[in-house]
Amino acid sequence: MSSSPLPETWIKTTPAGLYCEPGGFYIDPQLPVPRAIVTHGHGDHARPGNQRVLATPGTIAIMQSRYGELAGALQPLEYGELIDINGVGVRLIPAGHVLGSAQVVLDCGGARVVVSGDYKRRADPTCAPFEPCNCDLFITEATFGLPVFRHPPDRLEIDKLLHSLSLFPERCHVVGVYALGKCQRVLALLRRAGYEEPVYLHGGLIGLTELYENLGVPLGPVLPWAEATREALRGRIVLAPPAATTDRWSRRLPDPLVAMASGWMRVRQRAKARGVELPLVISDHADWDELTATIDEVAAEEVWVTHGREEALVHHATKRGYRARALAIAGFEEDE
Amino acid sequence: MNRFAALLDALLFTPARNGKVRLMQEYFATTPDPERGWALAALTGELVFDEAKPSQVRALATARVDPALLGWSYDFVGDLAETVSLIWPEAPGGKDNIPSLAEIVKQLKAASRSEAPRLLEPWLDALDATGRWALLKLVTRELRIGVSARLAKTALAEWSGVELDRIEEIWHGLAPPYQALFDWLEGRRPAPEIGDLPTFTPLMLAQPLEDGDIAGLDPRDYLAEWKWDGIRVQLVARGAGRRLYSRSGDDIGAAFPDICAVMPPDVTLDGELLVMRGAEVAPFNDLQQRLNRKTPNPKLLRDFPAAVRLYDMLRDGPEDLRGLSFAARRDRLEGWYAREPRRALDLSPMVPFTSWDELKELRDGARDRGIEGLMLKRADSLYVSGRPKGPWFKWKRGALTLDTVLMYAQRGHGKRSSFYSDYTFGAWRDGELVPVGKAYSGFTDEELRRLDQWVRNNTIKRWGPVREVAPQIVLEVAFDSVHRSTRHKSGVAMRFPRIHRIRWDKPFGEADTLETLEKLMT
Repeated sequence: MSSSPLPETWIKTTPAGLYCEPGGFYIDPQLPVPRAIVTHGHGDHARPGNQRVLATPGTIAIMQSRYGELAGALQPLEYGELIDINGVGVRLIPAGHVLGSAQVVLDCGGARVVVSGDYKRRADPTCAPFEPCNCDLFITEATFGLPVFRHPPDRLEIDKLLHSLSLFPERCHVVGVYALGKCQRVLALLRRAGYEEPVYLHGGLIGLTELYENLGVPLGPVLPWAEATREALRGRIVLAPPAATTDRWSRRLPDPLVAMASGWMRVRQRAKARGVELPLVISDHADWDELTATIDEVAAEEVWVTHGREEALVHHATKRGYRARALAIAGFEEDE
Repeated sequence: MNRFAALLDALLFTPARNGKVRLMQEYFATTPDPERGWALAALTGELVFDEAKPSQVRALATARVDPALLGWSYDFVGDLAETVSLIWPEAPGGKDNIPSLAEIVKQLKAASRSEAPRLLEPWLDALDATGRWALLKLVTRELRIGVSARLAKTALAEWSGVELDRIEEIWHGLAPPYQALFDWLEGRRPAPEIGDLPTFTPLMLAQPLEDGDIAGLDPRDYLAEWKWDGIRVQLVARGAGRRLYSRSGDDIGAAFPDICAVMPPDVTLDGELLVMRGAEVAPFNDLQQRLNRKTPNPKLLRDFPAAVRLYDMLRDGPEDLRGLSFAARRDRLEGWYAREPRRALDLSPMVPFTSWDELKELRDGARDRGIEGLMLKRADSLYVSGRPKGPWFKWKRGALTLDTVLMYAQRGHGKRSSFYSDYTFGAWRDGELVPVGKAYSGFTDEELRRLDQWVRNNTIKRWGPVREVAPQIVLEVAFDSVHRSTRHKSGVAMRFPRIHRIRWDKPFGEADTLETLEKLMT
């Protein structure tokens, strides 16, 4: 494909975000734009206020539930379906991050760019698995772009939670989870591990969990925490947004034991600093090994690295013989 | 080893004492011998081998990992052992021979310092990330998980149903991996026969006397003696063995050869370790000079002569006196001392009184250096380990003081801009430390240098300019008064807090509670 125009002539970074010039659209814009492609429903990728938005049906359902009218004019595109936008071929393929999450495959003038969005490689019962796609330029996330991040098998982490529950049956186990994706994944993983008790949810998690159920992801019995008496929550699992677990809200739980499900829990001081008693290394992002293996797998000559610790991944990719550079895009958050 | 590492990891994250105890109980209940015995040795600080240097650990990692990636990772993680444990590349087949802690200890004990790194490498391949972390912390002697030896023994006691005191009494006659101990605790064998070993007897401790207490006490029931400003010690001589134990049961005899040399045969005595010049008690700081040195030189021994002021006798020859009343034990002590007077040992005199008012006057009038206040002991009190409420009281005078635990340190200003001289200290509440105040003064330059070094060596986290340190050092804080405050997490604020003493000798678990501080509120 060496005769085709270099991708950097038609895809660039702007203050609003990644922009495809011939197509006239932005990917995950940080500022309101006329035309956006949104990779997934997390707030730092899917923002309100755009005029037209192209996304998977799952992401669209999430944006509608979060933003209502403010989500913009929403156009669904199924995984794998090809459309043409001003001469640019556009496809969305699964990224394995959360329900509806997609990579964006762009074909223009014989060159192919894949924008990974946020992704992970391991199996997740709540969303379609990542599909690697060969390309000329791979724009990859790097949330956990340091070799200290190697996520252990999910099952071991869930077992830690269940073990703690049996060792401290008088304590309410409150697990900090991101409302979209992590909450539902933890529920699904608990069910896979054979935990069939009701799981109690903080109010901020109920809407999206219902949405997952409505979209055909079974998560077992869940109850709003507020419907249980304080005493009834002893020995129970309560899921809550991370900030709530150590905030005043948690005072209403009986002897809460604070757990947190996040890739950041791999680093002890991070977990300690957040007041976490039971760190669970469960991440919806690729770890270092997955990031580096994926770069090899998609066989792009050029790699752009964004959202995270770019320098280490750029260094690694360069040593492996790729043209690699860090892409500074404002607005993405460290939280997962 | 992975199992033990998981225990250490869980202990590190579990703040409450009871949670830690339960984790250890479960471990002891579900882990076979001798693995759990070696784990117990590691938890109680009895595991000794040549330590690995951080540079050796770094060299191991550099041989396996791109140094640039190691550097960025270390910058992010901030702890070398943890960085190496996380970044260590898994080798194919490495997981085939997961070492036990017992095996690791055996090989390390047999290895020289230069051989140790070669041993580590296959273990690092075999262990999981938590196992690697625990191994590296263990060999670099940086394992700090907030568990004292006493807490580990408490877990043994609660797990087995055997009283903690009985475990402590024989502890110093045991050695890792403690097979005889576990046999006893699990009821397979009688208590280990420790024979003529000079073991530690857990101390009887006094409650602070609070204003409300005195009204309910009959002065005729109590005997009084001065409370000396030194450190509590136990002198034990048995067979050929001589031991000088600190209040936490650590053997500090090596630092006090002058005391060991005069120790009489076949007794257990309770007293206050002081530096004395003639009949005069030197300031606590002089004693500190001695406590600072593990092995004193002749000049130090000459300039800071140690002495023990005796106030109780627990054993006389084969006879255990703890079942006698305090008055009877005191008679025995006096009778024994009359027969066996020794240089550097004397008796703490009794303070006769007839009413509390008289005693209070004596207390407030005593301006002698080295007197902190009074001890009140019921004449009929048996010697009971622990801190029973009622039989013994300490009645301090002067400024209010509180034993707190150093939690955070920050650098000072001006001359002190390179020293960690601003200290935040905490008191216990429900098994957790709550910051109760900050102090910047009250210590000597020498103490500041030592504290600064200690802070640097024991930082567990940095918050910008603030270092969080391992909870370990007890700071006795003096202050004029304490008030309720909504601005502080603890709900209280001290007026003019200053460091009164640095209690290097005192176990941090025995620092005061927030409740104690609240009772001092005006």
